[in-house]
Amino acid sequence: MIELILKRLATAIPVLLAVVTLTFLMVHSAPGGPFDAEKAVTPEVLAKLNAKYNLDAPLWEQYSDYLFGVVQGDFGPSFRYPSRSVTELIMTGLPITFELAVYAILFALMLGVSAGILGALKPNTAYDYVPMTTAMLGICVPSIILGPSLILTFGIWLEWLPVGGWGDMPGDKILPTITLGTAYAAYCARLTRGGMLEVLNQDFIRTARAKGLSEFRVVVVHALRGGLTPVIAFLGPAMAGLLAGSFVVETIFGIPGLGRFYVEAAFNRDYTMILGSSIFFSCLIISFNLLSDVIAASINPKLRQ
Amino acid sequence: MKLRFLLFLALPFIFLSCGPSESPVSRAHLDSILYMGNGTEPQDLDPHVVTGVPESHILMALLEGLVIRHPEGLDPLPGVAESWDISSDGLTYSFNLRNTALWSNGDFVTAHDFVYAWRRMLTPSLGSKYPDMLYDVVNAEKFNKGTIKDFDLVGVKALDDKTLVVSLENPATYFLGLLAHYTTRPVHQPTIEKFGEIDTIGSQWTRPGNFIGNGPFTLEDWKLNKVLIVKKSPSYWDAKNVKLNEIHFFPIDNTSREDLMFRAGQLHVTSTIPPEKVEVYRKEYPDNIHIDPYYGTYYYRFNTDKEPFDNKLVRQALSLALDRRQIVDKVSKGGQSPAFSFTPPDPNSYYPPTTLDFDPEKAKELLKEAGYEDGTFPSFELLYNTSEGHQKLAQAVQQMWSVNLGINVTLANTDWKVYLSRQSVGDFSVSRAGWIGDYHDPKSFLDMMVTGRGNNQTGWSNSEYDNLLIEAAKSTSRLDRYGLLYEAEKILMEELPILPVYTYTRIYMLHESVKGWNPNLLDSHPYQFVSIEQ
Repeated sequence: MIELILKRLATAIPVLLAVVTLTFLMVHSAPGGPFDAEKAVTPEVLAKLNAKYNLDAPLWEQYSDYLFGVVQGDFGPSFRYPSRSVTELIMTGLPITFELAVYAILFALMLGVSAGILGALKPNTAYDYVPMTTAMLGICVPSIILGPSLILTFGIWLEWLPVGGWGDMPGDKILPTITLGTAYAAYCARLTRGGMLEVLNQDFIRTARAKGLSEFRVVVVHALRGGLTPVIAFLGPAMAGLLAGSFVVETIFGIPGLGRFYVEAAFNRDYTMILGSSIFFSCLIISFNLLSDVIAASINPKLRQ
Repeated sequence: MKLRFLLFLALPFIFLSCGPSESPVSRAHLDSILYMGNGTEPQDLDPHVVTGVPESHILMALLEGLVIRHPEGLDPLPGVAESWDISSDGLTYSFNLRNTALWSNGDFVTAHDFVYAWRRMLTPSLGSKYPDMLYDVVNAEKFNKGTIKDFDLVGVKALDDKTLVVSLENPATYFLGLLAHYTTRPVHQPTIEKFGEIDTIGSQWTRPGNFIGNGPFTLEDWKLNKVLIVKKSPSYWDAKNVKLNEIHFFPIDNTSREDLMFRAGQLHVTSTIPPEKVEVYRKEYPDNIHIDPYYGTYYYRFNTDKEPFDNKLVRQALSLALDRRQIVDKVSKGGQSPAFSFTPPDPNSYYPPTTLDFDPEKAKELLKEAGYEDGTFPSFELLYNTSEGHQKLAQAVQQMWSVNLGINVTLANTDWKVYLSRQSVGDFSVSRAGWIGDYHDPKSFLDMMVTGRGNNQTGWSNSEYDNLLIEAAKSTSRLDRYGLLYEAEKILMEELPILPVYTYTRIYMLHESVKGWNPNLLDSHPYQFVSIEQ
């Protein structure tokens, strides 16, 4: 197991270096700069600003300076928000995005796993078809449609829940959680159903039933352990995807998370913020993939080789 | 077992059974809190660094200049300056500062604070983007461009703590209006120097707890991308007349979300309305939708360095082939009026020449005269930045030029920064543009088209035009000045390096409980005149 972890960590370094280099080259080759604005900046002012942010140095020097800073944990100041450092922006947005992702994954697991089990226990019946068709719909409906529909229904017509915000009013976390979690719930449902169907047909389940165990014990204690392997393998990438991909939901509900900063940074040519968040997201994705591999390996001995 | 599973499934929805809650807007008349949609997250709160509209809304609460804007758009009202004298040649202004003007930490606001603030804004190494707001002051431009180093030569002096004397290069009759702009307001020297040097960008002085202002409100809280809260300042000289207790500025750049928040009672006022809803809301919420005139022009730029747009006849033909009424009635549909001049017409002051016309026949003749017979005109690209509104308008214009003149136009839709950089390096033929005046004077439009100005971006240069603007600057009478500017604008509309399309309107939703929010051309709503009633 330790060997697996070490091996994966060793490959992470060149991956991260490639991410920094490519992102650096891409942001600097994109047309337009951080100080372009509707009210044109005079050449003198532009020169002062470039000097202030070290943008007048040769590109390789900027690159090496940046890399040197990153190694020391300094991602530099944001160009868009001059009084804030990239680290501050990431640290402000991250807890919120993380909280949202955790709620969404819990919601997805709760809904998806139950629906998947139901489908696997009664395959090819209404208990199977209805949740699975709904799941298919859940995968297909993008959050950009689901979010506003939920807001209209529960926020405007029924007036049950706030239409946006995060932690400002009671219940304002519910709609974003559902919006972000639904697609993942649908995946979980289909993965659980597949995994469970496979396990439920195996001999040890038959033995468990023959011993006279209650159906609940058979399903939850015996079958679920094996049946959930695909779901667990999916959780790592899902968590990374939720963290990096919450932009749409954050925008719809006005949640001050990291996703919005990331995408806005690209539009604003906020070089340091784009680089900082790309590095940060790469680290997250690498760690979550590693984590889910480790969990999957500890559950299923076959994967340990 | 089934029941257990069903319960399990239903669990997430049990959360949903929370009852309806009282909306912030419905209780605002009790706590006097104004909830405002404010566009994007403010970049910073340093008046010498920021350039955006959202920042200007916040700075209006936190800092006060020598004068303040009139809530109904009339001449400026006394602010920190209680009174002022203007010399007969219009070149010297002496301001008498009020004894009761205080910073939020209790310090007196003095004339020295203004000198320091203006010096800071003009300091070249700060890299302020708005130094030209003070270029009418003697030697201000030279100091800002580094040709003189001694700030004592710049025409702003504190005679004593309460007297500020400003000397101008030209009798700029609009000068008082500039002093209401946030860039010319004072900053608190000890605070700035506690957190950095005079030319430090992005120091921590603008954070809650650090910010010392002199406006009717103080900075209470600033949650990034969430809300910025200002609270009534007890030390403000006119605090007894300030009716709001707090203002919550929400950075909401998504118009649909802002719209939903308004409808759910979470906002009193929005920054805009999704364009597709304007017509519906005019019927459904006639008391809430506001379509106010605005001091801005939507226009197209020609690249006059490039063939065939270097030919005046071509530019005139393209203008004549444009049915502006059709555009505002059928395309933009936000109550805008067709623009027949660059400066938006103001019946109360400057009324520009409005000679542009829609005449496709004449357009064809002009094109022929320019040497382009039927179908020989080279196809070109119309550049705009990604936005549904710009796209629709570009399509309409494409259609009009195609039908009326047989010209083939391709559309180039690019991201904002690409669009800006292509314009600044002249890599375009025709591009969309818009301009909102910073102050209420035709100069804030016409000056832009002077040879070599940063926002000219058309390559157009006309010495007669430039000279008329110089003459106008020297004039002490407002009417004479307007006369000269009128002549200049006539040249601009004859030459047409730019093609005015429509005059902007400010479209927003406003809750009926908000009082004192008056329409005015600069969309300025000083909060000390705003209140919330039941």
